[in-house]
Amino acid sequence: MRLVILDDYDLASEWAAKYIRNRIVQFKPTADRYFTLGLPTGSTPLGCYRKLIEYHKNGDLSFKYVKTFNMDEYVGLPRDHPESYHSYMWNNFFKHIDIEPQNTHILDGNASDLQAECAAFEQQITAAGGIELFVGGIGPDGHIAFNEPGSSLVSRTRVKTLAKDTIVANARFFGNDLSKVPTMTLTVGVGTVMDAREVMILITGAHKAFALYKAIEEGVNHMWTVSAFQQHPRTIFVCDEDATLELRVKTVKYFKGTISTKILSSNFFSTLIIIKNMLLEHQISIFE
Amino acid sequence: MPSNKSVSDAPITQFVNCRILKDHKLQWEDLWVREGKILNPEKLFFDEEGFADHKVDCEDKIIAPGFIDVQINGGYGIDFSQASSDIRGGVALVAKKILEHGVTSFCPTLVTSPSDIYHKFLIVSVLQKVVLLDLLAPVMLLCFSPQVIPELRVQDGGPEGAGVLGIHLEGPFISEEKRGAHPPKFLRTFKAGGLADLMEIYGHLDNVAMVTLAPELANSAAAIHELSGRGIAVSLGHSMADLSQAEEAVQHGAKFITHLFNAMLPFHHRDPGIVGLLTSDRVPPGRTVYYGMIADGIHTHPAALRIAHRAHPAGLVLVTDAVMAMGLPPGRHTLGQQQIDIQGLHAYLTGTTTLSGSIATMDMCVRHFREASGCTVEAALEAASLHPAQMLGISHRKGTLEYGTDADFVVLDDTLTVRETYIAGQKVWRK
Repeated sequence: MRLVILDDYDLASEWAAKYIRNRIVQFKPTADRYFTLGLPTGSTPLGCYRKLIEYHKNGDLSFKYVKTFNMDEYVGLPRDHPESYHSYMWNNFFKHIDIEPQNTHILDGNASDLQAECAAFEQQITAAGGIELFVGGIGPDGHIAFNEPGSSLVSRTRVKTLAKDTIVANARFFGNDLSKVPTMTLTVGVGTVMDAREVMILITGAHKAFALYKAIEEGVNHMWTVSAFQQHPRTIFVCDEDATLELRVKTVKYFKGTISTKILSSNFFSTLIIIKNMLLEHQISIFE
Repeated sequence: MPSNKSVSDAPITQFVNCRILKDHKLQWEDLWVREGKILNPEKLFFDEEGFADHKVDCEDKIIAPGFIDVQINGGYGIDFSQASSDIRGGVALVAKKILEHGVTSFCPTLVTSPSDIYHKFLIVSVLQKVVLLDLLAPVMLLCFSPQVIPELRVQDGGPEGAGVLGIHLEGPFISEEKRGAHPPKFLRTFKAGGLADLMEIYGHLDNVAMVTLAPELANSAAAIHELSGRGIAVSLGHSMADLSQAEEAVQHGAKFITHLFNAMLPFHHRDPGIVGLLTSDRVPPGRTVYYGMIADGIHTHPAALRIAHRAHPAGLVLVTDAVMAMGLPPGRHTLGQQQIDIQGLHAYLTGTTTLSGSIATMDMCVRHFREASGCTVEAALEAASLHPAQMLGISHRKGTLEYGTDADFVVLDDTLTVRETYIAGQKVWRK
């Protein structure tokens, strides 16, 4: 994986947006070859969406030949409810850009047959040629999309019941009334996102620090479903300083490119011990 | 692009780079219009997979709901109360001219007049139900001469002019002491107050939107009840009523005050009079008492305007009470059955210091109100659009930019000067 650490939320959002922009522009999408983009919701990606809108308004980025697939949607919430993910995507993204409505795909939480809706979504992704870049976030419990702790790491798009942690975290959008928060969602599976050619996870804020630690410094574990991406060939984690608070200094320094070269110039035995420790740790992770 | 014709073939216009008055705030949002109504773009996007056919760049201007003037006696030389032979042409001329002031709907007002004037203007032909009335009118007149085509009627606005919401009958059931510029010989009282009295004087009530009366007149309660029951807004004005009489009238259905402070007892701390309705605790729950204010800087002192606004901001309705001289040069003119003199922005009853209506335009009133009260732009705009619509009970289709309402709106710059006026999504005037 690549761990990109920026000083604050705004810089992290900007980095992520620039990455998405550059990928789309370099791909040179056309009517015969769309760029397929997976998209998240929540408070973390808002800054990224704002930046993407800015690049569009500057004329640097067009979404005309981009197809989007959102990760999830609440079950049973009216589509025009202000907290539905349809409303979120319309207000925070779609209405400001030149994407065509038929190129956007969001799961329909009010479909009469939810299973069929999920299966159809998977088919739509396949028909579009698979996802080029899937952008996601991470929950405080380490979930990707609504793949709550205990979700299969090879799962596909399906109906999921929300964990208590998630309902509590979402209550702030429903007037802090737990009874108003939807308890079920339709979500892409871990396996669905793993199928994407590239994955970018946005993680900002101290409240996500522990989840990030579990996701990248501990083993692959279905209780922290984002950890599955340790086994994806092309994953980027974009975070701010606060999100790294639970990581080892060594990890942070390594990815920031600030690891000291002194480690190599110290005496032979110290170096051996350090290497031995690193190997031991590596072995432990594999068998967890 | 594949077509977006799943609900309607009609073209969709998207107004961009504008601030629209929505949810009581000016927001940087686009305004979408289809088939003369405000369209919900989110529904269009997800349900119909639709998109705009035309985009109009508003260049950062403000879009507000079209202004609604519920008290206007005429203008540009036209006096609605005068017994002219072409009253409809007169209304049409004023309707067209007031588009320049951002007014998209109005209530032509008739001051106290003799009964035959009311009968002439309000009489309704049974043939009104027939389509193509205007085209067949001359033919019908020849064939059915006893029945007269309505002279003043409810009408949608359009490129020809602002829409007529209904007539405002200001009088003749008003107080003699507070008649202002109304001719004393045509004032009336109620015999029993019921339908019979109203029909005897007015003839027909089908195209009437509002009636101003003095509630202290005997048997007024029955009249208020009868009119409110027909959906006609009853307004208290030109009256000597004290607060308890006014409150009783409100309980019977009255919901408006005609030009607050003018032609009523002044506020007194031991008997606030009609003015006391603004803070009355005897208004039935769920109802609001609205009040008209002529914010021309002349009819009401700015301090009085501020007192009223601060006491009851949600009820303030801007009205022009414009007289026929509005839009005309200074000099002597005729209003109703009387003569008036124009001097600058003042219009007096000839030979007196009694004001006889204002000659300020609605957009001037909006600007003056904003300046004098220090209120927000949103509050000033709502006083001329949302509040009159709420008072008349039509806010589900006029006075707002909510989805599904009529696309009557004005484009204003930051000085609140009207630049363009739209009715049913069509541009009907441009500066």
